[in-house]
Amino acid sequence: MAINWFKYSAPTTFYGLAGKLIPWFAVSAAVLCIVGLYIGFVVAPADAQQGEFYRIIFIHVPSSILSMFLYLIMAAYAAMGLIFNTRLSSMMASAIAPTGALFAFISLWTGALWGKPMWGAWWVWDARLTSELILLFLYLGFISLHASIDDPRRADRAAALLAIVGSVNVPIIYFSVKWWNTLHQGSTIKFTGTSMHIAMQQAMFTMLVACWLYAITVTLMRVRSIILERERHTKWITELAEVKS
Amino acid sequence: MSLDIWMRENPLSYIWIGSYAVAFLIFAIEIAMVVHKRKITLQQVRLMREAEESEEG
Repeated sequence: MAINWFKYSAPTTFYGLAGKLIPWFAVSAAVLCIVGLYIGFVVAPADAQQGEFYRIIFIHVPSSILSMFLYLIMAAYAAMGLIFNTRLSSMMASAIAPTGALFAFISLWTGALWGKPMWGAWWVWDARLTSELILLFLYLGFISLHASIDDPRRADRAAALLAIVGSVNVPIIYFSVKWWNTLHQGSTIKFTGTSMHIAMQQAMFTMLVACWLYAITVTLMRVRSIILERERHTKWITELAEVKS
Repeated sequence: MSLDIWMRENPLSYIWIGSYAVAFLIFAIEIAMVVHKRKITLQQVRLMREAEESEEG
């Protein structure tokens, strides 16, 4: 059976679909998080060089990956909203931004916690760390700019430009460890293979999927509120069961 | 200095309290804010609907 995906690009149909998907994503995220933490803290052995401190990786790496990917997805939605004038795209961009900012903050915070025992410093003006900090500022800039303009459609367009221009920072973050001499280590997992223990890989990937599912859950929850707020004058909103009750 | 010694002696507590507890607290606050926002928005929409109905009536 073919699914007409375009049907769900309208807020009217997407609102209901998001409501049905949220519990599935939320439960899966919670279960995978528990499994990931179990593997990471009970099954995976201590690192030969870093001892127990490396276990920050199970929250630090997924947060860092999410902060970059969410920015690209946010910029893509914002661009779609700007080019095709689709309402839902701009709403999705606004819904993703706070979650992306939180992941960027968690990435920096856990990185500092890891940096102190390993490098002897909470913070260094290293290319990877600085570009990730700029990513956090870009998220905050997007949120602030959007909030500072009263008309939502104008706010969408202004914030979209910032999101699109700011997306140049994402490849800079990724390649910073190759382009410059950095204190931050390079990628451990490459296309050619990895030196990581299998249990460490399993824990990291499980936590990565859990973080993805969490981000999707929260974004869907937030976009439903945005749809309610922006479409409140329309007839279909007033006919919703939750509005009538 | 004392923090340095404590983290060396209790690496798992340092990781859990410093990283995981903070991350999960942030997630919990985000979920609470999203749920609260939905409640407020629903309330506003309901009030608007009631006002429109009373105007029509």
